[in-house]
This record gives sequence, C-alpha cells and structure tokens, in this order.
Amino acid sequence: MFTSKITKIVVNILIILFVENIFADDVFDGVSPQLGVIISDDYIEQVDFVVMPSGEGLPKGSGNALTGKVLYNIHCMACHGPDAKGGINGDLAGGHGTISGPIPKKTVGSYWPYATIIFDYIRRAMPYQSPGTLSNNEVYALTAYILNLNGVIGEDELMTAQTLPKAKMTNSEGFIWAYSPSE
Amino acid sequence: MKKISDNINFAANNGLLDRRFILKAGLGIGGGLMSASALSSEGKDRLPWMKQPGMPMGQSGPSRYEEHIKREGVGSQPGTTGSGASRTPIEHLDGIITPSRLHFERHHSGIPDIDPAQHSLLIHGLVDRPLSFSMESLARYEHVSNIQFIECSGNSGAMISPKPLQRKASNLHGLVSCSEWGGVPLKILLDEAGIKPKGKWIVASGSDAAMMSRSVPLEKIMDDAIIATHQNGEPLRPSNGYPMRLFLPGWEGNACVKWLRTIKVTSGPSMTKDETSKYSDLRDDGIAELFTFPMGVKSVITSPSFSLNLAGPGIYQIKGIAWSGSGRIKNVELSADGGKTWAEALLDEHILPKALTRFRSAWKWDGAPATIMSRAIDEKGNIQPTREQWFVGRAKNTFYHFNAIQTWGVNTAGEVNNVYL
Ligand code: HEC
Repeated sequence: MFTSKITKIVVNILIILFVENIFADDVFDGVSPQLGVIISDDYIEQVDFVVMPSGEGLPKGSGNALTGKVLYNIHCMACHGPDAKGGINGDLAGGHGTISGPIPKKTVGSYWPYATIIFDYIRRAMPYQSPGTLSNNEVYALTAYILNLNGVIGEDELMTAQTLPKAKMTNSEGFIWAYSPSE
Repeated sequence: MKKISDNINFAANNGLLDRRFILKAGLGIGGGLMSASALSSEGKDRLPWMKQPGMPMGQSGPSRYEEHIKREGVGSQPGTTGSGASRTPIEHLDGIITPSRLHFERHHSGIPDIDPAQHSLLIHGLVDRPLSFSMESLARYEHVSNIQFIECSGNSGAMISPKPLQRKASNLHGLVSCSEWGGVPLKILLDEAGIKPKGKWIVASGSDAAMMSRSVPLEKIMDDAIIATHQNGEPLRPSNGYPMRLFLPGWEGNACVKWLRTIKVTSGPSMTKDETSKYSDLRDDGIAELFTFPMGVKSVITSPSFSLNLAGPGIYQIKGIAWSGSGRIKNVELSADGGKTWAEALLDEHILPKALTRFRSAWKWDGAPATIMSRAIDEKGNIQPTREQWFVGRAKNTFYHFNAIQTWGVNTAGEVNNVYL
C-alpha cells in the first residue's frame, strides 16, 4: 500500500520531468525544428523563374521581332490570332488609348506596365499546351514581336536582359498600389 | 386553437420575422401520407428500404437523390479545359463548411497530378540559407488549423452586367468556399531560412503548367500565412493545390498559390501577369490599382434565390452566407421591401474571423411581389455597399472585388429573379 503510493509519486515526478523535457519550448513557441535542407546555387538556378521589372532574373539570350513573327505564327497564332488579334484566347495587341475611355480594352500593349512581364509569362506558361519548350532566344524574339506589334520597339531591335526592361510600355504610368505596408 | 400569426413578431416590413422566431409552423401536415405499398405484415408501416439490409459500408458517397448538387458553371477558355473555373453550389448548402468536393476552382493551366515524394517547398532569394522542405519534414513542424473562406476576386463579376443576369446564386457568387485549412505557419520556415534585411516581398510559384506566380508582401506572410497541406481534415484535394498551397486568410484567392513549389524572397513585387494584366482594379480615370488584397465585406442570400422558387404564400426560411476579409461578421441585416426597412438576421453560432458566417431568418411571404436583400457589416465597421456605391470611381467593365448587395425579386408566381434596384 505505502510502497505503491511512493511509486505513484515517483512516477508522477518522472512524468512531469519527462513531459517538461519533451515539450520543451522549441516545440510549442514556434521555433523551427530546423529540418530544411540547404539547396545549392546550381539547383536554385534551375527552379528560379522570377523576373523583376528591373530586369533581375532575365537570362542571357536575345531576339528581335522579325524572328519573333515567324515563331509566333507557328506556336501562338492558332489561339491568339494573326498579328495577335482576333484569336480565341485573347488579343495580345491593340486597344491603345482605350484604358481611360468608356470601354477599356486591356491587352499586353494597351495595359501592361512592364515589358519584363511578357518574357516572364511566356517563359512560364506559353505555348499553352507545351510550356517550357521554347529557348530563351525564342522567348526574347516572341516578346520583341509582341512589343513591336504594339509600337513599343522597332522590328529589328534586339531584346536582351539589358534592353527589355528599358522598353517603355504605353501604359507604364497607369498603375498605383492599393496595398501600403503598415510600417 | 391559436393561429401562428397571433404570436408572430414582425421585425421589418413585408413579412420579415423577428430573428428569435422559431419555426414551429407546418408540423402535422406531413403525417398520414402513408402509401399502401409501405404497409408490411400486420398493417405496420415499412418503406422499401426498411425491408432489407442496406448497402455495405465503406463505399457510400452523397445520396443518389442529391447528385444534382455538384460544382456549377464549369467553364474554360475556348479550346482549353484547364483555364477556367467551377463554382460552389451555394444555393444547395447549409452551415459554413464547404465540402471539399464542392470547393470552387479557378485554374490557369489545369490540375497537376503531383507525386508528393518528388515535391518539395523551396525557399530562396534574399535569405541567409536557401532551404528545401520535403513533405515528410513539413509534417514535423508546428501545425495550425483554422476555418477560413477563400474567394476568387473575380467572384460575382457577372453582377457588373448592365442588365441583371438570371443565373443561380452559384453561377453569380459561387467562387467562394470555406474550409478548415491546416498547415505550417510560413513564418517558421522563413525564420529558419533567415530573411535578409532587404527582403520585403515573396514571389510564390506553383508547379502547375502555368507556374502560377504571385507576389505577396512579407508583412502578411509573417502575420498569418500558412503552407496549407490539409483541407477539412484530409490532405488537400488536387483541385485545391495538393500537396501544398499558400493560404493567406482573407486575401484574394488568386494570391493563395496552389501546388506551391518555390518561394523567392525579394525586395519588391515581380509584377507577374496575374497581378497586373489580371486581378488589377481599373478606375474610371484610367488608373489601375494593383495589390487589392483583402476581400471586402459581403453577403448573399442563397435561399430563396434564382431557381429556388417559392411554392405559395406562407412561411419560408431566408438563409445565406456572409464573410469579410477583415475579420468577423458583426451582423447581417435583411430587407424584404427593397431596402426601406431592415431587420437583423440570426447568425449561426460559429462567427469566426475570415470565415463564412451563416445567417437565417424566418419570412412570411404574403404572395405579393417582394424584394429581398442582405447587407453585411464586419467587426471593423465595414458595410457592404449597394451596387450604385460599388461602381463609384470604377471603370465600367472592371469586375474584380465585386461585393455589392445582391437583390432577389420575388414575383406573384413565387419566381425568384436577380434584380437591380
Ligand atoms: C492552345 C492555345 C494557346 C496557344 C497555342 C498559346 N496561348 Fe497564350 N494563352 C492561352 C490561354 C488560354 C491564355 C489565358 C491563360 C490563363 O487563364 O491565365 C493565354 C494567355 C496568354 C498571354 C496573357 C494575355 C493577357 O492579356 O493576360 C500571353 C502574353 C500569351 N498567352 C502569349 C502566348 C504566346 C507568345 C504564345 C506562343 C508561344 C501563346 N500564347 C500560345 C492560350 C494559348
């Protein structure tokens, strides 16, 4: 009887010690169990698609609208129409001057603020059925072609990581941020 | 015998009953409808399914009599099957949880079939230690779980139509759903990676074929963003981002990147196609607003609604859902006379921040034309606008973040239509 009471107390103390030990602060106060595995720069290079408006993230390579037109007619025209107008999946050109009018027509040319977005989006997602099949040179050329159709650059202007961020879109001043950081 | 109408308290004109009015009417009508075939031995009542053992267990889904309750308005861009949406059948649901199979969808290049063993979350950019997390390791991190809504900012976009479109509540407003989302607070993972002082935003990219990408301010990420791995208790459905998605409570659905693969910490936004070309809010002065993240306060009467017509004068339950990206719903007001008089609806017990809240009220329809509408107010004092107020300052054809009051008109035949006041 007496010994069993002692055993109980000892067990309780052990439980308290044990519980306190395993439920240490690092489990419950949000500190990480640190299981992340360091990834190499080479691997990051493979998975990083982010392009910034400054041009950061744009790869090496180049292309102009003349080559872009040929590629466009092969890979894109079926869905976006000849000269990027009138296709089943949306115009990529035209609509200029409509954005502040009664019926705004948003296209890459009339609406988009930065030319870098065109490269970023084509590289990620187009052509729709087979994304990831175009080379960087081809993506630059297609970007140049869409810019040229919208009167942003000439047909032989070479788009590269240096020149693309400088191509000034017609509506580049047309945006403000609804979000403001609280600091 | 006392008639029900003797002790009804009306709370607003045209039949809106006090929210404490509890429905006892109608009892006693259904009894006695026994058909001869239901009789078994000794004249006792047995319906067909009471006469033999039922189906085996472990296999059943929803009743076959409810098979019409499925995602509505399934549509994709011409020539594609993966660039479009499907909607939650809100007019057929009750409570605040959306069954996962009925959760709305908005995808940009289909639903990827991801092998979790080959999937990991990669955090890189302006961090001290770029890190990779496998599904197994994430399971060992602290998890949180919250009931919260997710709404596509294009929800209710059809309401900008100059003429009211006659569509079901789901087809008008069904790009909203509410689930119990479980996962790892992203802050823990970013702290482990160590954010460099210049890091102010993240760019989240999915591993769908479009590599859907959105920029999100770190402030939100460190506040309450999670890497969601669970939805309503089970692993995410593929249509909701399996094996993991970004979840940003109260913020527009598009930013909650599904099939999340990489998070790059950056100094500013990347200005992706889906935060500039799309999901930006054009004003009538030609300036467009970027990064309208929180979803506005909103409510919809889901019943009665278009296609759920009234059978004849009498007592009905008005019910619907209300939500706000800024916190809890404080109250929902109902009008049955086109906004002249309002009564408070009864809110179900679960009034959670950034979650759907269920409201109800009893209504005595007298058979005359009626105009019913709901207006939600959240705990921050935001009030759901009228349609007219919503349009102020916006371009005519901008449709994101539509949260104006929905009005249903009931005609003498009991038909319910979408009407503009
Ligand atoms: C099979 C049809 C198809 C083909 C081929 C195709 N696209 Fe697309 N494109 C789409 C669809 C669908 C979308 C909308 C995707 C979404 O829902 O986000 C789109 C969107 C775009 C957009 C964004 C438009 C906007 O205003 O937001 C650009 C730019 C674009 N495509 C460029 C291209 C280019 C360049 C090619 C050729 C390399 C191409 N597309 C080939 C179907 C196609």
